[in-house]
Amino acid sequence: MGKMNVNLCGIELDNPIIPASGTFGFGYEFAELYDINMLGTFSFKGTTKDPRFGNPTPRIAECTAGMINAVGLQNPGVEKVISEELPKLAKCFNKKVMANVSGFSVEDYAYTCEKLDKCDQVGWLEVNVSCPNVHGGGMSFGTSPAAAAEVTAAVKKVTTKPVIIKLSPNVTDIVSIAKACENAGADGISLINTLLGMRIDLKTKKPVIANTMGGFSGSAIFPVAVRMVYQVAHAVKIPVVGMGGVSSAEDVIELMLAGATAVEVGAANLIDPYACKNIIEDLPRVMEEYKINSLSEIIGGVK
Amino acid sequence: MKQGIYKIIQNVPLTDNVMLMKLAGDTEGVACGQFINIKLDGLYLRRPISVCDCEDGVITIIYKVVGKGTKQMQDMKEGDLDVLTGLGNGYNTSVSGDNPLLLGGGVGVPPLYMLAKKLIAEGKKVSVVLGFNTKSEVFYEDEFRALGATVTVTTADGSYGTKGFVTDAMGDIDYSYFYTCGPEPMLKAIYNVSKTSGQLSFEERMGCGFGACMGCSCKTLYGNKRICKDGPVLVKEEIIWEK
Repeated sequence: MGKMNVNLCGIELDNPIIPASGTFGFGYEFAELYDINMLGTFSFKGTTKDPRFGNPTPRIAECTAGMINAVGLQNPGVEKVISEELPKLAKCFNKKVMANVSGFSVEDYAYTCEKLDKCDQVGWLEVNVSCPNVHGGGMSFGTSPAAAAEVTAAVKKVTTKPVIIKLSPNVTDIVSIAKACENAGADGISLINTLLGMRIDLKTKKPVIANTMGGFSGSAIFPVAVRMVYQVAHAVKIPVVGMGGVSSAEDVIELMLAGATAVEVGAANLIDPYACKNIIEDLPRVMEEYKINSLSEIIGGVK
Repeated sequence: MKQGIYKIIQNVPLTDNVMLMKLAGDTEGVACGQFINIKLDGLYLRRPISVCDCEDGVITIIYKVVGKGTKQMQDMKEGDLDVLTGLGNGYNTSVSGDNPLLLGGGVGVPPLYMLAKKLIAEGKKVSVVLGFNTKSEVFYEDEFRALGATVTVTTADGSYGTKGFVTDAMGDIDYSYFYTCGPEPMLKAIYNVSKTSGQLSFEERMGCGFGACMGCSCKTLYGNKRICKDGPVLVKEEIIWEK
């Protein structure tokens, strides 16, 4: 059997599969179904300084080969994540977890990251500067190289663990933003977050989503992810975590060839709760089919 | 929650646009008031449908044909479906008292069937009010009666049974507790006129149906809840009406 392990910012992963933030909660819904220790790791639900209910419902709209969500970073706040969610997670997951963090100011990001950096269970900080569903924060930091760099530098200053900046595809030049983060000290880049989308209900003649617009994800966006991972991975020296519409072992290999060191799986988890397990179990077969002995050797194989 | 492949063994119309489907497969752990989530070819999201009945390895669902997914289901003659079962909290029968009242509106009626069966098996005297718009939409009246429940049917236009809404029939019935499922305006009306505590089953557009995506959250007096995982059944005392 081929080797599936990869090294992400100095931490070894048994395999490159990482359920993406917002599609895996804090792990226990899935731990009811299978042993989630088989995952490379997972990125937990986007956490902010203060608790958030998020947006009004409906928050979900179906699309061809995808979906739109406008959850709006519902989470219990960093204090409760540390005091309640992480201890619960420790009972079903013994690997390092990726802590996903959002904020509404540079200080918010630094505050939340500093708290989570002190938790033993946390292996990496994934800093989301790309949430399309909240106003006055999130994506606005990820659409300007200077703002993304400012968040990166502020977080790096107060943390010791690898900092991965999660970028938005809703920009004209993603490479300049990735480079700005790298120059500000980022240890890795993850991309892509959702594409800003919208659906209208013909019966009511109103937007399907209460918040009008939301983040479009699912297999329909996969080619955009491949393109952006390819562009960014060839422009920066730090590792890139690829995501966007991944739903099969073949997709994983394609994103790694484009330059991803590890691969996050998002919307697929919501349709098939066993999606990540199935992908991990299918990887050896697909590696053999394409004559791949070691996944780490194919990273960025397409020049 | 469990994932399984279920065989369609029946799919027949009950009215012009309401269908009954029977699915054979693993039924262990399926409880009244829960729902199942069905994967359909070519559609990205699963379709959540409440459980009407469950026995001997067969799940019965009743669904209204309203969109692409349910239209696709209507046209199915046979075959296998990828289904998630055991979703949602379901109704709690232990607090019903001796003579609970069940109120269903339209396709909110089906989950009350399995509930009525359970309450009657527990030795309770069950009254049921089934509300529809018009006579041609009425279904399952005889089935509830066959269980031994006292059944009242209301139609909004008065073409069958008592004229009006389910709440118009409530005044004449003596009850210890209520259970309901139906459109939100009906739930709210029942909430306002009911004289006892009760359990109300809600509907919301869902992403996953098993608590992962936070797509169907609502605020309650007991904190934020996910309709798919912490609901769909909420108790009267915790509900906050926002819409």
